[in-house]
Amino acid sequence: MTTQSPTLDSAGRSAHRSAEDIGRTEQGPRPLPELSEQRAPADLSTVDTTIANGLRVVAVRRASVPMVEVRLRVPFADPAPSSVGSQHSAWGEVLANTILTGTATRDRVAIDTELALVGSELDAVVDPERLSISGSVLAAGLGTVLDVVRDVLTGATYPADEVDRERDRLVERIALARSQPNVIAREALQKHLYGDHPFAKEMPEADEVARVTRDEVAALHARAVLPKGSVLVLVGDIDPDTIVGTVESVLGSWTGEGTAVTISPLPQVTPGDVLLVHRPGAVQSQIRLAARALERTDPKYPALQLANLVYGGFFSSRLVENIREDKGYTYSARSHPEFTPHGATLMVDADTASDVTAAALLETRYELARLGLVPPSEEEVEVARRYAIGSLLTATSSQGGLASFLVSLAGLGLDLDWFVAHPERLEKVTVEEVAAAALEFFAPTAFTGVLVGDADKLAPQLKALGGVKLP
Amino acid sequence: MALPELHRFTLPNGLRVVLAPDTSAPVVGVSVHYDVGFRSEPEGRTGFAHLFEHLMFQGSESLEKLAHFRHVQSSGGTFNGSTHPDYTDYYEVLPSAALERALFLEADRMRAPKITQENLNNQIDVVKEEIRLNVLNRPYGGFPWILLPPVLFKTFPNAHNGYGDFTDLENATVEDCAAFFDTYYAPGNAVLTVAGDFTVEGATALVEKHFGDVPARTVPPRPSFAEEPPKGEVRSEHTDPHAPFPAVAIGYRVPDPVAELDAYLAYLVLAGVLTDGDGSRLQQRLVHRDAIVTDINAGCGLFGPLEARDPDSFTITAIHAPDVPVERVVAALDEELQLLAEQPPTAEELAKVTARWASTMHREHDRLTNRTLGLGSAELLFGRAELIHELPERIAAVTVDEVAAAAKALRPDSRAILIVNPANAGGTE
Repeated sequence: MTTQSPTLDSAGRSAHRSAEDIGRTEQGPRPLPELSEQRAPADLSTVDTTIANGLRVVAVRRASVPMVEVRLRVPFADPAPSSVGSQHSAWGEVLANTILTGTATRDRVAIDTELALVGSELDAVVDPERLSISGSVLAAGLGTVLDVVRDVLTGATYPADEVDRERDRLVERIALARSQPNVIAREALQKHLYGDHPFAKEMPEADEVARVTRDEVAALHARAVLPKGSVLVLVGDIDPDTIVGTVESVLGSWTGEGTAVTISPLPQVTPGDVLLVHRPGAVQSQIRLAARALERTDPKYPALQLANLVYGGFFSSRLVENIREDKGYTYSARSHPEFTPHGATLMVDADTASDVTAAALLETRYELARLGLVPPSEEEVEVARRYAIGSLLTATSSQGGLASFLVSLAGLGLDLDWFVAHPERLEKVTVEEVAAAALEFFAPTAFTGVLVGDADKLAPQLKALGGVKLP
Repeated sequence: MALPELHRFTLPNGLRVVLAPDTSAPVVGVSVHYDVGFRSEPEGRTGFAHLFEHLMFQGSESLEKLAHFRHVQSSGGTFNGSTHPDYTDYYEVLPSAALERALFLEADRMRAPKITQENLNNQIDVVKEEIRLNVLNRPYGGFPWILLPPVLFKTFPNAHNGYGDFTDLENATVEDCAAFFDTYYAPGNAVLTVAGDFTVEGATALVEKHFGDVPARTVPPRPSFAEEPPKGEVRSEHTDPHAPFPAVAIGYRVPDPVAELDAYLAYLVLAGVLTDGDGSRLQQRLVHRDAIVTDINAGCGLFGPLEARDPDSFTITAIHAPDVPVERVVAALDEELQLLAEQPPTAEELAKVTARWASTMHREHDRLTNRTLGLGSAELLFGRAELIHELPERIAAVTVDEVAAAAKALRPDSRAILIVNPANAGGTE
């Protein structure tokens, strides 16, 4: 093979071929290679059991690196029927931010130091459904992590100075979060869909946080951080059979009356106009649409999953190919189901410049209607099916990916068997079933939503388009 | 654990190939790193390297527009590309049955990308939306990666905005694309990495089959982007229309990561001692004791450590309450650096940092996307893909005195300070 030696132009750059010449070769286009035979993943060595205190423990061996991923989820919903007048969200946020700051034998720095020395970090976060403590550790240090987890679950002391400082910091962090357009849109959407249901309250108000006392946090811990109903997932370089015994002996001392509180069923999503939320000075708008979807356990779910992929669930979808790759209205457009213990919601998201927002909303609705009326072709369904099956493989090929996937399934009452059997369910879905799901769940009339942007710029076009409630 | 297997060879057209077989899961990663990033884009064409990255997904001789995405995704795979100061990467991660397909897709666009005016116009719009999303419409957009370089650096390659301004993007032509491709996207200017479930013989044959006839082209000499560190403390202020609180970024220069890797790693460890975890120096002092910042971070490189050649940076960023003068944050930082310079950190402080790095490196290695990209960038920038496996040990070898020396070198008389003021709070301090 010889090297072509281009001459240099006056600017010292090499003279180059034209774009047309670059884009063709003497040989011409070549055929796409076929896929070779796919090797199946190795069977996972796993234990899924409930120990005496009521904690479900899922342990999976995957020894690709000498690490263990740790995911603890405690259902942690507000037992009140409405978030109005409830301090639960504020207490919960302060609890999550201080649970790792003190026990009878360890202070904040001691906890961090012990974890760091075994290559571990633990993070505690709370949302309307649950309290999660997550992290990872060098496999040799798993005992240390379990002991720290035991210590904070059974004896977090919520030192007054830590609570005071974290409370102040939380007020600042909430203000920071609420300056993000995606957070503004998310809060507006949840409120629009679910009103005062505690599920819609993803963040407390600053004044609610400011009122939280140390004793209230400690009391919430005592009544709500409960093993029964909670799940601990461990994935990594472990022996699942022996690790369950270890967990039982370390975390057996974590006890409490009753069962951790699961979120109550959500009100049905009511179809209707999209609510325009004014954000002065915005140069881009957030389109957020929502409709009812199906639980993962529903027999029609696999068909809905494929219909969603064809609509906007991956890059090779109608929505992305239309509003991004054809029209350039957006960088990010997608649709996805969001699961709760009693149901599911279909979400459609796109962020788009103010001057094309109304047009993008029009196309988004058009593609919703088209999915039902001109249903996905055999080829579209096949692309979606192969993606759904293959991406399950790639997404769960790491310890962290598998642990996160299993803990979210566990939160829905599902287990490893559901995961292992899912490719077969997807294989069986017919084009007709996808068409039926498309017609039933993707009708534009099934949707509602919010649109965040500069109303002064957007109002005239949105008013003309219709189906938008202006401020 | 034994070091993972690694094979490398170079095709006659100059393409460097790294193979990292691992059969623990039936998935495979393929990446191509081209030795050109936004430091190489010409004046008047800011953002061009990134825009061009988008165009590489828009079709090639054997692939219509949209075909690349469909072929990857219908094989069950994921894909992406990203533009860095010194390189641009492209990758696919797929079930291993699709290895040949991924190699075909990468080879086809290395051989003959189809660049059209229509696709260029479309992707200019898409990139502008990306910039609105990540910079213009959100608080702290481009902080500090776009905002700090013009304060820390003087020359265009190092100082300019790698996302580009809208006028420059709109001025990009198909001619520019052709020139950029012919100059920088030669096989001899690239590294192909394949990691995951395959046999070395099988993958070698497929690489030769698909990339072997990509014609060789002249590889441009790699320019030096070296420039003097700042003389004195250089300051700049930026008004952010969306930020609720003030923020500050303090930037320093660090040793050349390629020529002086171990010296550079001392700064990486220093960053951990300063801000990694509740027990770190600056978290304890600024977040918990003085309670003057909401969050603080320190690190090497504007995109993470070992992501760029010389000149590279060490950056500390903090968001603080409006009633806290930025001088108080900077003074506290200087005190803590001086303490470290005079009294090296303890062995336990270093042990914490090295254990967390070991853990981080294991997790990166376990995610096939990160492993593939990490091997490729290490081969491209350092000529040593195996560096990603050696890092935990080299980081563990950093001594307390080297960390003290690094702290001492972060001098107030040679640094950049970028102050971000919220527009609605108004004024400067």
